[in-house]
Amino acid sequence: MSWVLIALLVLPLVGALVVSLPFLRRDDAKAKLVALAFSVAELLLAVVLWITYEPGGPRLQLTSSVDWIAGFGVHLSFGVDGIALVMIAVIAVLIPLVIGAGWAEKLPSGRSAGGYLGLILLQEAITVAVFAATDVFLFYVLFEVMLIPMYFLIGGYGGARRQYAAVKFFLYSFLGGLIMLASAIGCYVLAQDKIGKGTFDWATLVTVVREADTSTQIWLFLGFFLAFAIKAPLVPFHTWLPDAAAEAPIGVTVIVVGILDKVGTFGMLRYNLPMFPEASKALAPVVLVLAVAGVLYGSLLATGQRDMKRFLAYVSIAHFGFIALGIFSFTSQAGVGSVSYMLNHSISTGMLILVIGMVIARGGSTSIADYGGMSKVAPLLAGMLLLSGLTTLSLPGTNSFVSEFLVLIGSYPTQPVYTILATLGMVLAALYVLWLYQRVMTGPLRGTALLSTGGPGATVDPEKAPITDLNKREIAVLAPLVALVLLLGFYPQPVLDVVTPSVGATLSEVGVTDPVQEGK
Amino acid sequence: MTEPVVASGIGSLAWLLLALPAFGAAVLLIGGKRTDKWGHLLGCATIIGAFVYGAALFFSTLGQTGERTSELKLFTWIDVNALTVDFALRLDPLSLTFVLLITGVGSLIHIYSIGYMAHEEGRRKFFGYLNLFVAAMLLLVLGNGFVTLYFGWEGVGLASYLLIGWYQHKPEAASAAKKAFLMNRVGDLGLAIAIFMMFNQLGTTQYTEVFSRVGEFSSGEILAITLLLLLGACGKSGQFPLQAWLPDAMAGPTPVSALIHAATMVTAGVYLIARSNPIYNLSESGRLVVMIIGAVTLLIGCIIGCAYDDFKKVLAYSTVSQIGYMILAVGLGPVGYALGIMHLLTHGFFKAGLFLGAGSVMHGMNDEGDIRRMGGLAKHLPITFVTWTLGYLALIGFPFLSGYFSKDAIIAAAFSAHGWQGYVFGGVALLGAGLTAFYMTRLLILVFLGKPRWKDLKSEDGREYHPHESPVSMTAPMIVLAIGSVGAGWWFATDNRLAEWLAPTLGELREEHGLLSHGTVGILTVAISFVGAGLAFVLFGRGTQPVERPLRVSFPVRAARADLYGNALNETLFARPGTWLTRALVFIDMKGVDGLVNGTAALLGGSSGRLRRLQTGFVRSYALSMLLGTFFVLGALLVVRYS
Repeated sequence: MSWVLIALLVLPLVGALVVSLPFLRRDDAKAKLVALAFSVAELLLAVVLWITYEPGGPRLQLTSSVDWIAGFGVHLSFGVDGIALVMIAVIAVLIPLVIGAGWAEKLPSGRSAGGYLGLILLQEAITVAVFAATDVFLFYVLFEVMLIPMYFLIGGYGGARRQYAAVKFFLYSFLGGLIMLASAIGCYVLAQDKIGKGTFDWATLVTVVREADTSTQIWLFLGFFLAFAIKAPLVPFHTWLPDAAAEAPIGVTVIVVGILDKVGTFGMLRYNLPMFPEASKALAPVVLVLAVAGVLYGSLLATGQRDMKRFLAYVSIAHFGFIALGIFSFTSQAGVGSVSYMLNHSISTGMLILVIGMVIARGGSTSIADYGGMSKVAPLLAGMLLLSGLTTLSLPGTNSFVSEFLVLIGSYPTQPVYTILATLGMVLAALYVLWLYQRVMTGPLRGTALLSTGGPGATVDPEKAPITDLNKREIAVLAPLVALVLLLGFYPQPVLDVVTPSVGATLSEVGVTDPVQEGK
Repeated sequence: MTEPVVASGIGSLAWLLLALPAFGAAVLLIGGKRTDKWGHLLGCATIIGAFVYGAALFFSTLGQTGERTSELKLFTWIDVNALTVDFALRLDPLSLTFVLLITGVGSLIHIYSIGYMAHEEGRRKFFGYLNLFVAAMLLLVLGNGFVTLYFGWEGVGLASYLLIGWYQHKPEAASAAKKAFLMNRVGDLGLAIAIFMMFNQLGTTQYTEVFSRVGEFSSGEILAITLLLLLGACGKSGQFPLQAWLPDAMAGPTPVSALIHAATMVTAGVYLIARSNPIYNLSESGRLVVMIIGAVTLLIGCIIGCAYDDFKKVLAYSTVSQIGYMILAVGLGPVGYALGIMHLLTHGFFKAGLFLGAGSVMHGMNDEGDIRRMGGLAKHLPITFVTWTLGYLALIGFPFLSGYFSKDAIIAAAFSAHGWQGYVFGGVALLGAGLTAFYMTRLLILVFLGKPRWKDLKSEDGREYHPHESPVSMTAPMIVLAIGSVGAGWWFATDNRLAEWLAPTLGELREEHGLLSHGTVGILTVAISFVGAGLAFVLFGRGTQPVERPLRVSFPVRAARADLYGNALNETLFARPGTWLTRALVFIDMKGVDGLVNGTAALLGGSSGRLRRLQTGFVRSYALSMLLGTFFVLGALLVVRYS
């Protein structure tokens, strides 16, 4: 059944080529339909992948491999574990919604929908491949190639400072990637020393590199970690994200914040922990400090933002702190919590971004101060902002609660102090979410973005205000997300069952056991 | 504690208790305008249905002997290796008592809301939120572990947020809603960390296992858990130092104030401590802190209640203070758990009734809430006046009404605490009774008695006042609650009926003989209440209370009007430093962290000129340098491979 995975890699690539064909480039409406069709087909394939995957089966499943650069032991090899599976699934869910949400978006003059959607499908293909790669060199290449469509998406379709944001994003990530490459080569050399044959095969490297002495591990660990800490991003490597999120078109913001960032935390779980177990344990205190700092710093900065899209970036920075805390606390509950956090963050932050995009589409401004009292004229939109906010602040009954709860309850046995500090993030989350809602949605209708028909201080009859509630297309985009938020909030077990064995395997590679055992 | 049996017979349908209100909420909230015509009826029907089922379940359990405790597992919610959280219901005397309170008072208030919210746009949404609240509150009390409790706990917080903010076009309602949610979350931290500690030590969070293995905690951990749970209770129940949100919550519609912010949700803290009695039994210091919090809050509530002129806010501070009594009671331990719950129940009747009465008055007075603009309303709203007065008498502990049995018992138990504690807590509780009688009598006089002060005034929207009695859908619930206010206390207290029923969950009610006998305390309490009420009559009875609030008043009144500076303290300690910290961090992030990044890039580039080029988009040269870099790396690779 490994064809499913290959098909998942190829299909969006084909889609990208098709929508870029000249005749579709001239016809935006058709290009959108074709792109949507490809992304939905990809979603169906992802469902097949989920059904095919056996939660209790081998570490990597649906594997396939061909030689690429035989001389260096580089293979084109792919396969998934439970962690990669949920990430691929959530990409496949989000891309059709992103396309649907951007249906009525105006592109900069001279740009075609075909070009834009082609880049998005290309991004999807590469990102799926990053999660599915099981060769370290291949992973590196994809990690860097992933930047290219995103560079063009931000730089070509973004806001006023898009060039600055795109270059900053590109350079920052690329630099991190280069350092990772140095570490990857280091691993190759180690393999050559130890088993007489250099290789980039992940499964082989895991068994080889973990035998290295701690100081070597630490150097190699840092190379990978820096790349991932920039990508995730952890404080203080985060400053590219607010710029990228603020300048990118809203759908692209979903991809950057909701999907690309996860490659960082995914990398920590797939590469740092199993390959460098001693270094992981030795450096855990450092990472935990960064993680908790990220939770508190990101939350405080989110409360202080005046721009909605920058707000989203800082909210995510806080959430990535939780994910890193869970990964480096080394318990199965925290680890499973982190992976489900990665999934749930994509869903709930994805929803929050899309809803804020709908607010911005109505008011034409990203500044929070330009809005106020919108619930009066757009009650459904207000309800959706509240719901996506509630899942962002991890209210029980929503998907995010399960993951945040698992991260915290799982981290407490090994890291009580950091856990308690991170728990403060719960209060701050309530503050930044509800405050945003209060400023944008409640009170009398106000704000220059909404009252463009009246002069300063003019009170406009709500009937006449040019703001409309959600239309059918927007409802169709948000409905699947609402369903997922509630479904995974009340019945998360299918996801947890898929993730638990893979996290367990990762932790046994680190060589730790849960402090709290069954039946204790 | 023995393992509970699996619920069977009628108990196996207990999921209906959650499903009925949740179904109502889902239909009303998703259905939108299509449900406008019949939405309120569906809302009422689901809650009444839950009440009928709850009553049947109660009587069938009453017929059982022994522990009367069973559990019904619905599904596995979260299961990761050692951590298993079931979505399961625990049916025992304590939870069933709450089921009756929540669905019973809930039904009455749903019915009342039909009339009260009749002119509101989007009334069905209001009923949707109310149903959501009932579902969450039932989960809170029915869950069989601390995590399901937490689920309900935050769920009622959400419902409370939505309903306080019902009039969200009013800025003060929106900020009151946010404030309530935030202060509740501060308390929730305590509850959450306590749950983490339980899992860490015992590997479980379900009541049965936690309580039966509570001995495995060290005494330090027990103390920590009791204090953390107390923090949770303080947030939810508006106890010191987290009391400031509750009076602001009166910005919500009055039925909400009655149901959520008087009768049910705000008493969840008392439920939490009573439910966790096996833990609190092990820590005398933990219980002492509970008692101190209860006593301090009780006084704060009374004192501030004397100074407010807003009908609902006086009642809100009265609630703060009465919950203080309950917290004091459960802090007393085995002599007090059942008494706390008894006061909780009687308070549920009379305070809900008092709020509904207030709502009825305001409904007839153009939504006016200022008691200085009332007076002499008794003859305009006779039913409201009678039912309200019965609630009032019950609250101040008039002999043989509900409050007389439940509050006196707490005061007597407080006097039985050991050593100095008996004097202090007993004294405070007694003083509180006097103050309660004072501020409640002031309320009674200013609203219902004396000369009407509203005749020549107009309400904010420019209308004249034409006070009138409310429709039957509103007065009927008030009459039912008034009957409860009169008789419930007597019924609960006779033969220790309630305490015996609750004994399987809370342990046998221990009676201890303290400083003063029960009879003496009873006489003292009644006496001091009469003094308080009499004083109010002397001060306000002549009907000379001015319409405008006097501004030149003595320091104690000023302090009480300013909530004893609770809000100012929060502002100084948290809000302002937080704002400054956030501003500083935003600045540092822009100039410092990001500046460092851009600075480094400039440094590497050799000059800031290059950086500017970078920023204005000379990307091609960078692509070129990247290509060179890649060649370099590949070269290095070759060297490594073939060296």
